[in-house]
Amino acid sequence: MKRRDFIQQATAGTALVTLGSMGLQSFTTLDKTSKITILHTNDVHSHIDAFGPEDGRNANKGGVARRANLVDAIRKENPNTLLLDAGDIFQGTPYFNYYGGELEFKLMSKLKYDAATIGNHDFDNSIDGLYAQLPHAEFPFITANYDFSNTIMDTHTKPYKTFIKDGIKIGVFGLGIELTGLVDKSMFKETKYLDPVETSQEMTRILKEDEHCDLIICLSHLGYHYKNNPDKIDDLKLAGATKDIDLIIGGHTHTFLKKPTVVKNIDGKNTLVNQVGCYGINLGKIDFYFDSDKNKSANGTSIIV
Amino acid sequence: MRITYLFILLNIFVFSGCKDQKLHLTKIEGKQITITDSLGGNSEIEAYIKPFKDRIEKDLDSVLAYSADTYTKKDGEYNTAIGNFMADAVYSESNPIFKSRTGKDIDMVLLNHGGIRSILSKGNVSKRTAFGLMPFENSIVVVALKGEQVDSIMLYLSRGKRAHPVSGIKLTLDKDSNILEAKVNGKNIEKDKTYYVATNDYLYSGGDNMTFFKTNDSLYVLDYKIRNALIDKFMKLDTINPVIDDRFTQIK
Repeated sequence: MKRRDFIQQATAGTALVTLGSMGLQSFTTLDKTSKITILHTNDVHSHIDAFGPEDGRNANKGGVARRANLVDAIRKENPNTLLLDAGDIFQGTPYFNYYGGELEFKLMSKLKYDAATIGNHDFDNSIDGLYAQLPHAEFPFITANYDFSNTIMDTHTKPYKTFIKDGIKIGVFGLGIELTGLVDKSMFKETKYLDPVETSQEMTRILKEDEHCDLIICLSHLGYHYKNNPDKIDDLKLAGATKDIDLIIGGHTHTFLKKPTVVKNIDGKNTLVNQVGCYGINLGKIDFYFDSDKNKSANGTSIIV
Repeated sequence: MRITYLFILLNIFVFSGCKDQKLHLTKIEGKQITITDSLGGNSEIEAYIKPFKDRIEKDLDSVLAYSADTYTKKDGEYNTAIGNFMADAVYSESNPIFKSRTGKDIDMVLLNHGGIRSILSKGNVSKRTAFGLMPFENSIVVVALKGEQVDSIMLYLSRGKRAHPVSGIKLTLDKDSNILEAKVNGKNIEKDKTYYVATNDYLYSGGDNMTFFKTNDSLYVLDYKIRNALIDKFMKLDTINPVIDDRFTQIK
């Protein structure tokens, strides 16, 4: 036993020396780089099991157990990873009918989701049904434009949350869709819906100026784009009407995008909008690379999608 | 211990020393990864899901009734045994709820042919059968309509020439699909009378071009899923043996 301990310690020591010298070297001669990986899902709708081989559209796709393996592998490759969900976790399979969302939240906790926002279907067992499942969620619910102050959900959500990964500060805020007309009032009760654009302007100001975030992500359940309804806010319109948002992770419209959409924001800068369909069929992966080399950053940010 | 100290020291040195270097976003790479069977399932997660899944499977497969034959929505021209079963079940299971809340009776039921999502196979019937017939979460609503709108329903049915599940009506078409007889509860339709029509929330919202519901006087939401009405009906019956009858027919 003792001998093995010694060898282990000795090996660890050697590894550390190597690491240490690498660290020193990078400090003295190389510039620091960071890579932040954002993984995301939306509209999983209680699809815990994979689709069966006989399914007409999504045969053999999806499944939480497979997603767990994929997320694990990505986290091993880059520990500086966040896993986010853009809402509509509930409703779609008997798992929801039988357990009311308990298993969905428990599994998301096991997969170590870092945050989720709230979709309209998450009110399907009413706001009380959502509240009842909160003890099973070991991740925060982030929503900035639902005012829950006169409801049971009061103090159980946050408008935004910041994370620090590899020295990079990431701010995530959430946006929900207007519930009136989509969900019965008896389900969402006194939940007040606030204007998404105004809310985003306030959130980005706080995250940029007060919190000094390097990266700002909006977790949205507004929907990707309502072409025939110019007055209805969506992710593309939001991106164009705001500033300082680097990435909008969307949901609600079950939009399968071939690749993230690049939108010019109100300052003429690029904002990425992404959504990965529904039912846990896809996992979105956005990598942000940071570099201290002024020459590199002088050329602006290259977007490879 | 010494190694730990060294490690902490190195960390402080490396991180504090580099803190002045401002990091800039230089590159963004985005892609999407499809979750396929080649990824393999995480065995810990699978084991965690299993008892939840087993309980559902057991409950879904527990026998509630016996179906005397195999019934499909294709057996029958303007009314089918399976459609009649579903519409009659919606009537018998939701009318007591509606009556206890409003003191009124449902006059008729209208569902849609496309809403019958599977066959009813001969043999044991379980909750899974109900999930097959009605996989959607649609709920029963009762709409108060004037006789004029009920006429529109009859016209819709005569023109659609599909076996939309109905209950409480008798509609007979001639060989040119003109309406020969249209009755609700065995009586002629009165223009100014209010009729209580049970349907589902999807059709109420105009699904299958059923535009006549939107001119309603009032809407009663029962918070009762179609599927649950079927399950409740299954539980009350020993044998399911619906028939094609004369509620919607054409005289050739």
